Amino acid sequence: MKKEFICIVCPRGCHITVDDEGTIEGYGCIRGKKYVEEEMHDPKRIVTSTVKTVFPERPRISCKTKEAVPKGKIFDVMDAINNVTVDEPLEIGDVVIEDVCDTGVDVILTKPVKSKASVNK
Amino acid sequence: MKDIIVIGGGAGGLAAALKAHEEDRDVFLVEREDELGGILGQCIHNGFGLEVFDEEYTGPEYADIYIERFLEAGIDYRVNTTVTGIKKHDDVFTVITSSKEEGIVEYESKVIIMTTGCYEKTRGAIQIPGDRPSGVLTAGIAQRYININGLMPGKKAFVLGSGDIGLIMARRMRLEGAEVLGVAEILPYSNGLNRNIVQCLHDFDIPLYLSHTVTDIIADDNNNLKQIIVQKVDDDFKPIGGSEKTFDVDVLLLAVGLIPEVTLIEDLDVDIDPLTNSVSINQAYETSVPGLFVAGNALQVHDLVDKVTKESERAGLAASASLDRSGEAKKEIHLKSGNHVGYVTPQRLDLNLKKEMPVVALRSKQEIEKAKLIIRQDGKEAAVFEKRLTFVLPAEMTMFEFPLDEVTGTGDLTVDLEVSS
Repeated sequence: MKKEFICIVCPRGCHITVDDEGTIEGYGCIRGKKYVEEEMHDPKRIVTSTVKTVFPERPRISCKTKEAVPKGKIFDVMDAINNVTVDEPLEIGDVVIEDVCDTGVDVILTKPVKSKASVNK
Repeated sequence: MKDIIVIGGGAGGLAAALKAHEEDRDVFLVEREDELGGILGQCIHNGFGLEVFDEEYTGPEYADIYIERFLEAGIDYRVNTTVTGIKKHDDVFTVITSSKEEGIVEYESKVIIMTTGCYEKTRGAIQIPGDRPSGVLTAGIAQRYININGLMPGKKAFVLGSGDIGLIMARRMRLEGAEVLGVAEILPYSNGLNRNIVQCLHDFDIPLYLSHTVTDIIADDNNNLKQIIVQKVDDDFKPIGGSEKTFDVDVLLLAVGLIPEVTLIEDLDVDIDPLTNSVSINQAYETSVPGLFVAGNALQVHDLVDKVTKESERAGLAASASLDRSGEAKKEIHLKSGNHVGYVTPQRLDLNLKKEMPVVALRSKQEIEKAKLIIRQDGKEAAVFEKRLTFVLPAEMTMFEFPLDEVTGTGDLTVDLEVSS
């Protein structure tokens, strides 16, 4: 049975297939072949979400995995993120979970807890 | 009196204000939300900044870079302040603002840059029949509820519209534990990026129903959403009888298009372009009202924030330059949309501004694998400009620099996309 991938490297969006022997076909350039090889063997994604905070003016604050994590662990990572509450005024880039789900990747804030520009001069 | 008032403190406004400030202009920025950064604050997914920074940021991270620069520059601004009206007398604009802290305050300026972004089409705009229960909301509102307020709008969702916002929100609902039963798209193709089709739908086995739309909405006894009917459509977008599918859902997200937000300047009698649903501009981003500039999603709905930033920087620079040449006559010709072109900006070219190389933006009406872009003058066969393009898609804005040197005479220009083999 052939497995089909849509290449996301460029707007062309080649439909690339891989058969049971692992033969890759239908790619328009070498980057597409490389993309499918990665998707076959070790697909990874950056997970972006939000964490709870104790600050009423900012009940949620956005975060992400600093690097891509294995696709199969996305929902485990989401569970971990949803079990965290930020209770101090952390800055953008600060770590809220170290080594999330043993991936070796930290979850960091993508927004400062305290808005820099919310107070009029 | 200020030199320049920038209305809207999102990606466009921050970039325009920073550029004008660098040109030593006295700039004042007004933002209605309680913080700067605009819609980027709720776009927590990544993929922003690849063009400007060659990095992949999330929306809030991208915004933070410009907020930091803006605050560092010490530009005067107000947040929590809404512009309620704009008047113009002689060469001076009066911007009327309203805020809880300061009440109603008027500011005067010689130039205005509108960077007010765009708004979402609602159910009314696409006229879905049926009941009017709660649980039917736009994708952007749902995004705000979830990402800013931490509130989930439902547990079983369906998304109408497969542009990037629809796809991103399908994934977001799924990640937060909702069941996403599908995404329907009335067109035979998705206008979203391939990357989002793959990473938002395929990754989570969310079905995409192409050439389908929602044809009925059914409420329960408490007037909450209970069910939707989805039907296949024919080539004229008419629902095909017998193709009805029923989905039991408690939330329907509408991602059915964006419209530039320029209602504030309707009182100023500005020339409008029905193709963009916004104002018509020249290559300096100046409208038909001298001193009034528009950029970013308020001018045309962009696919990438990077392009909003760059466009607004150009507008900030051009608006600053305009302060030095008040009173000079314009010599404008039109740039019109021709074959296969959905719209084009700028709609006018001022031949007295030849040293500002116009950046032309257009959208194709259809997918063209190999295209030749041709600009002709006065309907003559000979081209004043030609460019070969590959993989022109309606979902991706085409942008290019257009040297005006070749243009002589005062005849209007038309830009065509031709299909080459």
